[in-house]
Amino acid sequence: MSDTISVTIRVWRQDGPDTPGRFETHPQQITTDASFLEMLDLLNEQLNDRGEEPIVFESDCREGICGTCGVMINGRAHGPQRATATCQLHMREFADGDEIVIEPFRAAGFPIIRDLAIDRSPLDHIIESGGYISVGSGAAPDANLTPVPREAAERAFDAAACIGCGACVAACPNSAAQLFTSAKVGHMALLPQGQPERWSRTEAMVEVMESYFGPCTNHGECHEACPKEISLDFIAYLNRDYVKAKVKNRALSGQR
Amino acid sequence: MEPTPASQPNSMVLDSQVPDGPIADLWENHKFSMNLVNPSNKRKFEVIVVGTGLAGASAAATLGELGYRVKAFTFHDSPRRAHSIAAQGGINAAKNYPNDGDSVHRLFYDTVKGGDYRSREANVHRLAEVSVNIIDQATAQGVPFARDYGGLLDNRSFGGAQVSRTFYARGQTGQQLLLGAYSALMRQVAAGTVELHNRSELLDVVLKDGRACGIVTRDLLSGEVTPHSAHAVVLATGGYGNVYFLSTNAMMCNVTAAWRAHRRGALFANPCYTQIHPTCIPASDDFQSKLTLMSESLRNDGRIWVPSTADESRQAGDIPEAERDYYLERKYPAFGNLVPRDVASRNAKTVVDAGHGVGPLRNGVYLDFAAAIERDGQDAIAARYGNLFDMYQRITGENPYSSPMRIYPASHYTMGGLWVDYHLMTNVPGMYAIGEANFSDHGANRLGASALMQGLADGYFVLPYTIGDDLAGLLGDSVVPTDDPVFTSVVTGIEDETSRWLSTNGSRSVDHFHRELGRMVWDNIGMARNEQGLRQALSDIPALREEFHRDVRVLGSADTLNQSLEKAGRVADFFDLAELMARDALEREESCGGHFREEHQTTEGEAQRDDDNFSHVAAWEWNGPDTPQTRHVEELTFDNVALSQRSYK
Ligand SMILES: Cc1cc2nc3c(=O)[nH]c(=O)nc-3n(C[C@H](O)[C@H](O)[C@H](O)COP(=O)(O)OP(=O)(O)OC[C@H]3O[C@@H](n4cnc5c(N)ncnc54)[C@H](O)[C@@H]3O)c2cc1C
Ligand code: SF4
Ligand code: FES
Repeated sequence: MSDTISVTIRVWRQDGPDTPGRFETHPQQITTDASFLEMLDLLNEQLNDRGEEPIVFESDCREGICGTCGVMINGRAHGPQRATATCQLHMREFADGDEIVIEPFRAAGFPIIRDLAIDRSPLDHIIESGGYISVGSGAAPDANLTPVPREAAERAFDAAACIGCGACVAACPNSAAQLFTSAKVGHMALLPQGQPERWSRTEAMVEVMESYFGPCTNHGECHEACPKEISLDFIAYLNRDYVKAKVKNRALSGQR
Repeated sequence: MEPTPASQPNSMVLDSQVPDGPIADLWENHKFSMNLVNPSNKRKFEVIVVGTGLAGASAAATLGELGYRVKAFTFHDSPRRAHSIAAQGGINAAKNYPNDGDSVHRLFYDTVKGGDYRSREANVHRLAEVSVNIIDQATAQGVPFARDYGGLLDNRSFGGAQVSRTFYARGQTGQQLLLGAYSALMRQVAAGTVELHNRSELLDVVLKDGRACGIVTRDLLSGEVTPHSAHAVVLATGGYGNVYFLSTNAMMCNVTAAWRAHRRGALFANPCYTQIHPTCIPASDDFQSKLTLMSESLRNDGRIWVPSTADESRQAGDIPEAERDYYLERKYPAFGNLVPRDVASRNAKTVVDAGHGVGPLRNGVYLDFAAAIERDGQDAIAARYGNLFDMYQRITGENPYSSPMRIYPASHYTMGGLWVDYHLMTNVPGMYAIGEANFSDHGANRLGASALMQGLADGYFVLPYTIGDDLAGLLGDSVVPTDDPVFTSVVTGIEDETSRWLSTNGSRSVDHFHRELGRMVWDNIGMARNEQGLRQALSDIPALREEFHRDVRVLGSADTLNQSLEKAGRVADFFDLAELMARDALEREESCGGHFREEHQTTEGEAQRDDDNFSHVAAWEWNGPDTPQTRHVEELTFDNVALSQRSYK
């Protein structure tokens, strides 16, 4: 059932990376069927009508799959609903009279661009350092040549479901990117196709990750914030593989 | 024959460059006859790829691997976010793993038929051939496709196909395929063969002596306008479904790259061929920003119905079986709920227009799982569709296990796009279009799970061959320097356009005009079109466009992230496109696939083609801002598939 509620929006405004930011307060009336971002669309429409610049926030798919959206809502990355990206959050999660504080994801690795928009390119650099299986176009054998146990494929998928939103980093007191990195490493390490580069990949990705982000001290906040509920187990696998990668004699790793 | 340079209007020859020979050997033989660039010479060529969705990322990665020097551009903050990421259902390939009678020929046949005989046979055959390589490639990259208990790849039947040829990765096939292509791309970025430009929007293409020689982009963060030159330009910039404002496309999808290429001479083909997907969640209020697709696979188990009496006020559960109209099962006993998209969509419109719509705004039909849950149990249904059911509940607040879903058609995919020949080159030499951006192999209607196939076929396995044939002839030519007047004049033009938006100082937002435009396009150039509505659109759209240019309000400045400014240019292009869509739809006096002209239907209300007069591609040539485009045709011949009236009874 749709209702109209009145809420107070306190939203972070910042003109550029190096300018100081501030909170702005706007009362807002909205139907509970609206999505959270539609509520912001409407607010932007009103700001524009009044001659004030709209709030910059990013989104694209609005289906929880592209990872473009993502803001802190009342101190929580992606807001109050479990396993839900910002774009999938609806106003029925809020009550009449609520104050809603909206801020950008904050982390040293994610500089603020403007208002709620941030720069997450370090996540791309982690992938660039090894988050792939090296196979040139046309070089692949028949897809059914290598059976993959169904359980392994499913587990790999659980990791591959990461949308690269960066909420894990924003939620972490240390701004660590372990959950994101472990999801990619885990996805590939669980599949036979990922084995040849397993050790070099793990080592390279961890080292690039550490150059941008803080250390993991096992708080687990990342998992709580993750819209895809990526399991903390993957961080354990990552740590295990990283240690192994350091001692592994790769020349012998073709042996079973 | 050489394609005619775009600068000579009225002498246009639309040569598809399809080689002669038996269709099954065409591509194999042609690969042998094309010119090659030898490995050490490839690095002497620079190629620009715009767009890093499935088509662009796969092309850029493959060209980089081959040794070309590639510059890849995307307006997203990362290549991983392209609209391709949202594809749910799956990807077709003629692997015939289930041994149920599939073959390259059958996939070819189904695609030509599904497209209502408005596609080019040779292209479609090639697509079916390379489809099998895509699955191999993706699997080797680590794409976690669904597997059976023996560990082999699983298939399902999708969108009306009578064989199981769809590979899938839960409900996230596009995501997994894009992440595969993205990882291949990032590998080349690391190797230094691809230079990646994120948050860079193409605002124009540049030609010299009739040949594409580069592009001009705007950095979305700094506002800087920069020229880039290359030996060839590949546009992989996606479809234009957002012309309807409400659509299942991602918010940033737009026609700007293709449209600006069109304005520089590239023909725009079949703009009226748009696909309206039958299973989307209906809009719930006036400021709805986009519509969410519920995967078509739901039609395998869900039954579609509306109350038999108009203006029904009871809840779904209170309406007895005898008072429900399972209209697809009734009208199409052979295919039932699995009829092709266009048929399913049009039928939903018919029942809703007749007052049988359901939901608070009476703008939907039911998709009911009660029978499937009773037959297979809730756990089985949850295993198949759990994530989709969750998504539905999150958006609507309703539980689809206990009450039926509400669905309604929405703009989803665009078959029209830049005209390309067999080499995927537009009529402008050196300019290519791949993926959803070209006018595609899907004719007048795309089958489910075939867009991912086409994008990746183009990018991994077709363009990397065909581009070499053209580049081989340019060996030794250097690129046009970016201080050449052909570039500097375009840069100035873009800077002027930007200041025009910022100084218009009107009263309404860009979104306001986009929403209004979308409504006009949906009402008149949507699921069903007629002459009166199209003429209406042709007078309303220019009037609204004039108001838009006079009264739009774009605040802020050009030297910072300014989303209204970005959107202003995109919406301006949608206005021009919308007008062309209406003209194209008006001139095509037949119904075919997604283009349904109410004047042209059988006595049973089915689409009626006119093969004698319209078995052709309509490709439009730009003649300047104040002169209507010229319509050119490419005749389509069908030597391998017999034309028949589609029947899904
Ligand atoms: C909800 C949904 C579900 C779908 N499900 C399926 C399915 O199950 N199976 C299937 O086969 N198909 C499906 N499709 C269709 C399919 O996803 C698309 O047709 C396909 O992904 C398009 O890929 P593309 O690479 O051509 O374009 P896109 O993925 O749209 O990529 C376009 C790229 O171009 C860039 N770009 C665009 N303009 C510019 C510019 N001016 N400057 C710089 N960069 C630019 C963008 O940044 C992006 O990188 C679905 C579509 C939708 C909407
Ligand atoms: S691990 Fe989760 S929170 Fe982190 S980037 Fe991936 S999806 Fe987002
Ligand atoms: S906008 Fe794509 S995940 Fe939210």
